[in-house]
Amino acid sequence: MMMKQGIARPENARMYIKETVRQMYDIGVGSLTIVVLIAVFMGAVAALQFAYQLGGQTIPMYYIGYIVRDFAIIEAAPTITCLVLAGKVGSNIAAELGGMRQKEHLDAMEIMGVNTASYMIMPRVVAAILVIPALVVVAAAIAIVGGYVAVVPTGYLMHEEYIRGIRVFFEQYNVFIMFVKAVVFAFILTTIPAYQGYYVKGGSIELGKASTNAVVLSDILILLADYLVAVLLTN
Amino acid sequence: MINMIRVEKIYKSFEDTEVLKGISTVFEKGKTNLIIGRSGAGKTVMLKILVGLLEPTKGTIWYDETDFTNLNKKQMRAIRLDIGMLFQGSALFDSMTVEENIRFALDMFTKMTPKEKLHRVNEVLDRVELEGSNQKYPSEISGGMQKRVGIARAIVMKPKYLFCDEPNSGLDPKTAILIDKLIRDITYDQNITTVINTHDMNSVMEIGDQILLLHQGKKAWEGNKDEVLESDNELIQDFIFASPFLRKLRAKAMR
Repeated sequence: MMMKQGIARPENARMYIKETVRQMYDIGVGSLTIVVLIAVFMGAVAALQFAYQLGGQTIPMYYIGYIVRDFAIIEAAPTITCLVLAGKVGSNIAAELGGMRQKEHLDAMEIMGVNTASYMIMPRVVAAILVIPALVVVAAAIAIVGGYVAVVPTGYLMHEEYIRGIRVFFEQYNVFIMFVKAVVFAFILTTIPAYQGYYVKGGSIELGKASTNAVVLSDILILLADYLVAVLLTN
Repeated sequence: MINMIRVEKIYKSFEDTEVLKGISTVFEKGKTNLIIGRSGAGKTVMLKILVGLLEPTKGTIWYDETDFTNLNKKQMRAIRLDIGMLFQGSALFDSMTVEENIRFALDMFTKMTPKEKLHRVNEVLDRVELEGSNQKYPSEISGGMQKRVGIARAIVMKPKYLFCDEPNSGLDPKTAILIDKLIRDITYDQNITTVINTHDMNSVMEIGDQILLLHQGKKAWEGNKDEVLESDNELIQDFIFASPFLRKLRAKAMR
């Protein structure tokens, strides 16, 4: 029902666009630091562990670059980034909408004639769907750099080997999978918290529960969607 | 009569609890119509039903010839453009300045130029005696000023109907009287239908053009501020003279 109301025709497209741009800035710029930080370590840990596993085996060491690249693109960048964003962006959406519900801000807008399900939710969902894929691309790139920093200066493999690794066996289709995941996860991590916050009842304890539920449910659904996308797109 | 609200046998239940039990009344244009009653009498539920935030279990509300209880969401939003509401806690948007709060509906629903919008915002800010407060945030102004910004926001679209939920709650008596007078003056100047939900006795005696007393979800008394003192209805007398001090004053006056 919320989604049905949420996709209604905007009362004033300019106001919706303005709100969407504001949300894009909040989600995008506001999450950039945490995304970069996670991506660096994600890539570094992946590279070190693959180096450890491949050490002494017949598999060429440049495979580390190849594995880190595909691990980052197909799995780590979209999934881990979005799990973290479900915590940061999702809890923020649930708490913000829940707070507005409790302080009668949503009622005030409804009385003015605003379709709050649409005005408060649609810009957030659209903003996330536009910005989160970009954040995921940044995360994938930074993860590959993180992998380089972890294994090249430390002597696990040569600069040329790592570069060769990230260039070989490149499949554009994997990038497509990454974008599909990013869009699906962005939708999940905004709509679930929006629902939890928009329909919150009671006081601060219920608001806290709504925020927690938003993150937990989003995380579970992201992991489920991750599996489903993998089944659908890799078979 | 134009811009009149007619309530016909409104019932409202929450699960097994019946909060409103067949309320019927008329809220007239150009008057301050008060809904009074003790806490839990059903005042807030009544007001929320009147503005469409809650649906009645049974009964009809007429805004002139329009059956407000039978509108779809789109039709209700259209009629809400004629409604202004002051909330108990003001419900000002924290992240917006006073000007942005008041301008919000203008931005959303009108094609006015920025200059025209600013002119209208300043007009209503002057009306509530808050000129020059445009760039302040709600957290930077007092509770009384927040109420006045709430009133400014409620009247910026020149509504035909103004609803006020406990406009005096949390205010000192002097500020409360100022808010009452402001609401009354706006009602008379703009000839609008105002419905105020209150349990403030000063409001009843100052601005009660039409008073509806609710008791345990039922209409217990109806009249105007002049009729309050003369009424022999026990419930209205108990409500108005709830304080021992006022009872003593009344006894002295009657001697």
